[in-house]
Amino acid sequence: MKKVFWLCAAIMIIVIGFMGAYIVIGGLPFFSHTSLIDFLLGKKWNPSGNLYGVFPMLVASLYGTIGATLIGVVVGVSTAIVLVEVLPRKIAKVFSAAIDLLAGIPSVIYGFWGLVVIVPLIDKFWGGRGAGSSLLAVIIILSIMILPTIIRMTEVSLRAVPHEYKEGALGLGASKYQYIFRVQLGAAKSGILAGIVLGIGRALGETMAVILVAGNAPIIPTTLVDPVRTLTANIAIEMSYAAGTHQQALFATGMILFLLIMFINFALTQFVKKGGRRSRNESKA
Amino acid sequence: MKVKHKDSLTRTLLISISLLTIGILLWIIAYIFVNGISHIDLVKLFPPMVSTLFIVVIGLAISAPIGIGAAIYLNEYAKDGKFVRGIRFATESLAAVPSILFGLFGMMFFQINLKLGFSMLSGALTVSMMVLPTIVKTTEEALKTVPTSYREGSLALGATKYATIAKVVLPSALPGILTGIVLGMGRIVGETAAIYLTAGTMYRLPLSAMESGRTLAVHLYLLAKEGISFDEAYGTALVLLVVILCLNLTTYFIGNKLNKSSSK
Amino acid sequence: MNKIMTIKDLNFFYGDFKALKNINLDVVENEVLAFIGPSGCGKSTLLRILNRMCDLAENPRVEGEISFKGQPLFEMDTIELRKKVGMVFQKPNPFPMSIYDNIAYGPKMQGMKKKAELDEIVEDSLRKAAIWEEVKDKLRKNAISLSGGQQQRICIARSIAMRPDVLLMDEPTSALDPISTSKIEDLISELKKQYTIVIVTHNMQQAARISDRTAFFLLGELIELDATQTIFNTPQQKKTEDYITGRFG
Repeated sequence: MKKVFWLCAAIMIIVIGFMGAYIVIGGLPFFSHTSLIDFLLGKKWNPSGNLYGVFPMLVASLYGTIGATLIGVVVGVSTAIVLVEVLPRKIAKVFSAAIDLLAGIPSVIYGFWGLVVIVPLIDKFWGGRGAGSSLLAVIIILSIMILPTIIRMTEVSLRAVPHEYKEGALGLGASKYQYIFRVQLGAAKSGILAGIVLGIGRALGETMAVILVAGNAPIIPTTLVDPVRTLTANIAIEMSYAAGTHQQALFATGMILFLLIMFINFALTQFVKKGGRRSRNESKA
Repeated sequence: MKVKHKDSLTRTLLISISLLTIGILLWIIAYIFVNGISHIDLVKLFPPMVSTLFIVVIGLAISAPIGIGAAIYLNEYAKDGKFVRGIRFATESLAAVPSILFGLFGMMFFQINLKLGFSMLSGALTVSMMVLPTIVKTTEEALKTVPTSYREGSLALGATKYATIAKVVLPSALPGILTGIVLGMGRIVGETAAIYLTAGTMYRLPLSAMESGRTLAVHLYLLAKEGISFDEAYGTALVLLVVILCLNLTTYFIGNKLNKSSSK
Repeated sequence: MNKIMTIKDLNFFYGDFKALKNINLDVVENEVLAFIGPSGCGKSTLLRILNRMCDLAENPRVEGEISFKGQPLFEMDTIELRKKVGMVFQKPNPFPMSIYDNIAYGPKMQGMKKKAELDEIVEDSLRKAAIWEEVKDKLRKNAISLSGGQQQRICIARSIAMRPDVLLMDEPTSALDPISTSKIEDLISELKKQYTIVIVTHNMQQAARISDRTAFFLLGELIELDATQTIFNTPQQKKTEDYITGRFG
């Protein structure tokens, strides 16, 4: 039986290895058509005109992810602090359960809600070329979606900070919030960073919710209310009818996305390792 | 005095931000609820519901045994080494890969290379890869909570390692494992991108695993994206939300039971 | 006096740490043999070697020989060995299933399927473990719901159901209250008519009360082994005397 269990475990490696290789190999032939530089920096995406530049999508994905992460971090870390240090245990528990709920809601529902609530609001107040479908809408929806991840990871890390730190800081005359911002957040740094990196991965990879609110025009956005198309949306929208070079170009898009995500994941394991090592050293001392 | 003033300002700021978080959650749920409640048409939603069920059942039938098996290997047999670190990295990576890439892979590999076509089976195979990490991680956590003394007690009675796992360890870890399966269920029910590219978008009632169909989530996406009917979309969103809430409640129920029995 | 186990020149290592040094010792049939000594002296390690539970430790290494009923113990199949050499642990560890299923666990594992046979062995084992009267009406109840002392006797019954030759007990009463402890001690005196018992205990009085022979360990060495009376009244070794009087003093 040990062999059967071993095989199950080995499947994990096979699945990610095979899938990664499949996507990369599917994308590589494309670069005989368009060079990697032209692909990444090309500003025109026009499959029928044989032009494949993903720069607008790359920019949209990065803007969307960075914007969502900034909002997500500010709101998420603040909420986690309130959960851990301000609210009484019982209320915090209910609050926490609500956050879990937020994490479980399917992304397509966020997208739909964004389409019927956020997009019209943006259209009403700022207008824009996409009538509300815009980079701003993408940022808002993504930031809501990554909140639970950031809150949960921050909450766990804050709770793991030894109580002695608090006693020490308060004993030296620090106020509660001086302690939280100068000591506790610093001590919980690696866990919070891990949460942020996870959030970045989620934001970068989200597809359907983004398609619903983004407007999906492959242009480089100059204002927040310009419509955008992300890397993920590009694949989902065109994959169903693409063929030949066009299909290879989409695989190449997938390859870029896969490599980005793997890089982020690698960074994450480094954070976690660092955090793990440090806390082990601390417990030894 | 100055510090105190600053503190209360910070406090107010933090509390208002967290109220915003909860406010948005309530806003989303209330909005879907209010707009959807009068547009639930279960007859129209029947085909998508069957498709969803198809993919959930087949997807879990594939992923649960493999995921649980892998977790058993990691927790009960493996000694720390290159292979184990490899599996852990693979699990983390698999969890991080965006669903659209699973869709891309599933579409080309299952649907075209293996000639499974747009079908429940293509979709199920794709999502089964996607939920593997969830099941592995929760099962591993559950196995870790089983006291070593149970294993020792069983081994000391001359039970084999496999018998010990099958008869003592797994039953004790069952609530935790179930939680993992329910979480996986939630992910499949809510998944859109990966299923959209593999199981197809046809509005129809699938009668076998080789037929195509659209799940509730894909149905909602298409209704909203194509602007077919917002009323139907609200109804679908509400049904989807209720299903997810029920699954969430189930994990809470299992979790509470788990806490109670372990505190005894 | 039949020797059921013979330990010869036994050394045991956890990785680089030498936990047992050159142990020579016999276990005699139908005796209660007590292992005493301060924490970390190796007495529990030795006990766990006797049914090869030591194999579960990280990097275990063993030198020397043990024979069990004439067979070399380290060459035996661990599963067969553990059926004949049962173990009761420090903390009661019944499985989270019904009392009945706890006792029937071992026999079922050996392929016993007939309900009548299982019923008989369950009742017999529970009677021998002196807990039948307390649980006969609630055999379907979860064993976890019993008190600590009852749980420990369930664990003893669970071992007895395997019809072992030897019962190893690793501080079986250290987690129990005085009343439960005395019940288990009475039970041990009763059980030795049928079984050979090796018990590790921190409790001097307990060793003096229930054992026939006592072995004193210190820092991985067997210092002295003799009739319990002798060990407690006229020990030959200075170290033994120090330990025993220190404890009693």
